[in-house]
Amino acid sequence: MEFFRFKRDLPFMKYALIFNVISALTFLVAVGALAYNGLHFGIDFKGGTVAELHFNKTADVAQVRTSVETLNTGEAFVQNFGSPTEVLVRLPIVQNISNAQMGEKLFSAICGPSRPLNESKNACGEGVEKIELKRVEFVGGQVGRELFESGALALLLVIAGIMMYLAIRFEWRFAVAAIIANLHDVVIILGLFALFGWEFNLPVLAACLAILGYSVNESVVIADRVRENFRKMRKASVDEVIDNAITSTISRTIITHGSTQIMVLAMLLFGGETLHYFALALTIGICFGIYSSVLVMAPLIRWLGVSRENLVKAEGPPKDPLEAEKILA
Amino acid sequence: MNRYPLWKYAIMIVAMAIGLLYTVPNFFPQVPAVQVSTNKPNVKLDNALLGRVESTLKTAGVPVGYSALDPTGVHIRFQGGDTVTQLKARDALLKELNQGVADGTGSYIIALTNESTVPKWMQSMNALPMFLGLDLRGGVHFLMQVDMKGALDRAADRNMQDIRSLLREKRVSYGGVSKSGETLVVQFSDAAERDKAQVAITTSNTDLLLREEGSGGDLRLVVTLKEEAKKKLADAAIEQNQKVLNNRINALGLTEPIIQRQGVDRIVIQVPGASDPARLKDVIGRTGTLEFRHVEAHGGKNASQLEAAKNGSVPFGLELLTDRQGEQILVRKQPIITGERISSAEPAFDGQNNQPIVRVSTDGQGARILREHTSQNIKERMAIVLIEKGKAEVITAPTTQSELGAQFQISGNMTTRETSDIALLIRSGSIAAPMEIVEERTVGPSLGAENIERGFDSVKWGFAALAAFIVVYYMVMGLISAFALAVNLLLLVAILSMLQATLTLPGIAAIALTLGMAIDANVLIMERIREELRAGAKPQEAISAGFDRAWATILDSNITTLIAGIALFAFGSGPVKGFAVVHCLGILTSMFSAVFFARGIVNLVYGARKKLEKISIGTIWRPDEVVTKPATLDAQ
Repeated sequence: MEFFRFKRDLPFMKYALIFNVISALTFLVAVGALAYNGLHFGIDFKGGTVAELHFNKTADVAQVRTSVETLNTGEAFVQNFGSPTEVLVRLPIVQNISNAQMGEKLFSAICGPSRPLNESKNACGEGVEKIELKRVEFVGGQVGRELFESGALALLLVIAGIMMYLAIRFEWRFAVAAIIANLHDVVIILGLFALFGWEFNLPVLAACLAILGYSVNESVVIADRVRENFRKMRKASVDEVIDNAITSTISRTIITHGSTQIMVLAMLLFGGETLHYFALALTIGICFGIYSSVLVMAPLIRWLGVSRENLVKAEGPPKDPLEAEKILA
Repeated sequence: MNRYPLWKYAIMIVAMAIGLLYTVPNFFPQVPAVQVSTNKPNVKLDNALLGRVESTLKTAGVPVGYSALDPTGVHIRFQGGDTVTQLKARDALLKELNQGVADGTGSYIIALTNESTVPKWMQSMNALPMFLGLDLRGGVHFLMQVDMKGALDRAADRNMQDIRSLLREKRVSYGGVSKSGETLVVQFSDAAERDKAQVAITTSNTDLLLREEGSGGDLRLVVTLKEEAKKKLADAAIEQNQKVLNNRINALGLTEPIIQRQGVDRIVIQVPGASDPARLKDVIGRTGTLEFRHVEAHGGKNASQLEAAKNGSVPFGLELLTDRQGEQILVRKQPIITGERISSAEPAFDGQNNQPIVRVSTDGQGARILREHTSQNIKERMAIVLIEKGKAEVITAPTTQSELGAQFQISGNMTTRETSDIALLIRSGSIAAPMEIVEERTVGPSLGAENIERGFDSVKWGFAALAAFIVVYYMVMGLISAFALAVNLLLLVAILSMLQATLTLPGIAAIALTLGMAIDANVLIMERIREELRAGAKPQEAISAGFDRAWATILDSNITTLIAGIALFAFGSGPVKGFAVVHCLGILTSMFSAVFFARGIVNLVYGARKKLEKISIGTIWRPDEVVTKPATLDAQ
């Protein structure tokens, strides 16, 4: 089987300007959504209490909401979680009370007087009336801020690390282009999370960072080819060199991303609610990862003025026999 | 050219064997068990205990399937292995070994555990299953913040009392000691007295920093803690709190609790499989402080003052409290000693009349203060007060029978239940600084089981779909890639098991994601081989060149992924760290399996054939002109 049958190099660079305009627009939309809606931070970063409840019958969300409102915590989310018998309640941090006890208070409010709590206080009621407390999480405000800060720090470290590596391995123009292209992916993930109000939590942040590292792969593969082509195609223009590099790697790019997406899809389908947003972030990242490596990074290296001189000359004489063979060929 | 020397095949076989050996333990089920251990230094875990445990269970009619003694204690598993038998065994052992006392004050800790059924020979090679994270097996995670300001504040309180009694003892005349925050100010009217006080204080406590202030008749001595003393105090406070938490949690007889210091002022508590998180929280959340206070008035003393207080006129410096029997007493607000001075409290029996008592020990300073106080107050009552969230509760208010010292006992009409309660409360009261829960994650066991299933399903179906695709697309070479991917999974799980890593749901997600990404290396190689074939290379040459040329790219792309993984590990917390560990290890194993292992199998399949005409690698589609030559004119 072979999906990719290109008779000639696809003229990506001819349409570079169009792609750049499209990228800029999506980027602006994402930034706009981020600025306007803001990220919907989960309790990991914002602090608060989350409780997951299992009902033995279809849960009456409205009633749960009424019970939760008696706690007077201000903004509270009550929603179905994956199935009609599961309910997720999310409460913000409330000033002046012991938030660590919020989970218990919440559960006894939802159980109400008609369903007596069991001894371990993690279930109440009998038979179809039974409610089970499956999960309680509480994160204090300070801890949330710290998790946020260390997350931001991790992001910066990844960016710096990757740029440094690319600058050493190739050249600063590649480093700049690759990092812009891949940050573009991350910004779009964040933008979509802001636009649709999806919960941004620790696993989603992990997904963003994993995507950043993963997407750069594509840029590396293309950059590798560009350099190789500059050596081999001595008479070709910069555009032709880039077009050829993209065309000859696109098959690999799409198959690799497709394979990763198969795995992520399995997570999306079977992973349940806990992995849902994680898998969603990865999906967006993988789809835009293809686009950004091919259609954002490549035009960028051209705008930054990459040329045969600053790539091949900087290399010096090739040392290993394989490289030498390539140049002689 | 596509031949591996024998030692390379040997490495492959050894890697597979080790991979299998360390992966397999994860598939042995965990069965309910009981573990008998101790936290008392004078109690021995020996064969006599093992025999005693075995005979007790035999008498109780519990079918013992397996029993063993190791340095961690006696381990018992059951025939049939259900939780009902487990509970029955626990109760029988509690009765026999601890006289039915279940609060951890007995000689032994009898804990319900789950033990792995991995065979002995595997265990002896450290082939053990991975730890499951709380999100997979259910359990409780707490992060406690220790209030250092509170600890320093209390230290200042303690120093204030010490200075008062010291100056009295040395007959130094002073105007009074006052406290603002962590700073103490001692008033003097005479410089000579101040000098005397300064000498007395510095010799009795080297941790204090003294500064002279004021002039004329208004002389002051400002007392603060030295910086290094503050640090020492903070460390000691955390350590003390950790110890207290340890005692309290162990008293509940729970499995493998983890109590660790995190950063400067935090303590992490993790208890996997806790079936009763509410009780655990209650126990660790008891952040009260304990005070021994003088009773000013009770039914048999200063009754009129007590009556007046009941009617609302409580004198300054006193407090009206109710003890456990419902009797109201009037106590001083100023404590004689506080809980930090208590080093232990245990229920026991009086040697003479066999009455249940509580035996209490204090540290040197505490003994000195108590001796001084009680010598002047024999036959007076002293209240032991637990203060929680600003509310004072009298645990007991016994009458002082004699001068107390470093060790004394509380006796009088108590049941064993009461003495063990009081002992537990006195010990619990001795935390050094207030704590607060700042993060809590409680996962019920049912959700844990669901999460395992979900994670497992994701990996299973993802892997199946991926393998199917790769086989259809690359044929035999795809099959080899799929096999290499399976080896990757095997090695990854084996390494995680060897490291005894904790597997979490994000960790399983990372396994799935890593497999999805790992196929990248195989795809790179296959595409290179196809390209070589397209360019007209001979099959053997194409294989060799494909693997060699793809290697540089594989290395490059994995390094960037590794950078992200390491950053996640360095700055991630909890579940994200687990994700990062798996991610990084997966990258390393994927390089081994996709490049070294897959090459080995390709060599095995194709390498020996001298006249190889064709490789089964799917369609090699050839355009009219050769692709590697740029189509310059067409692009214009």
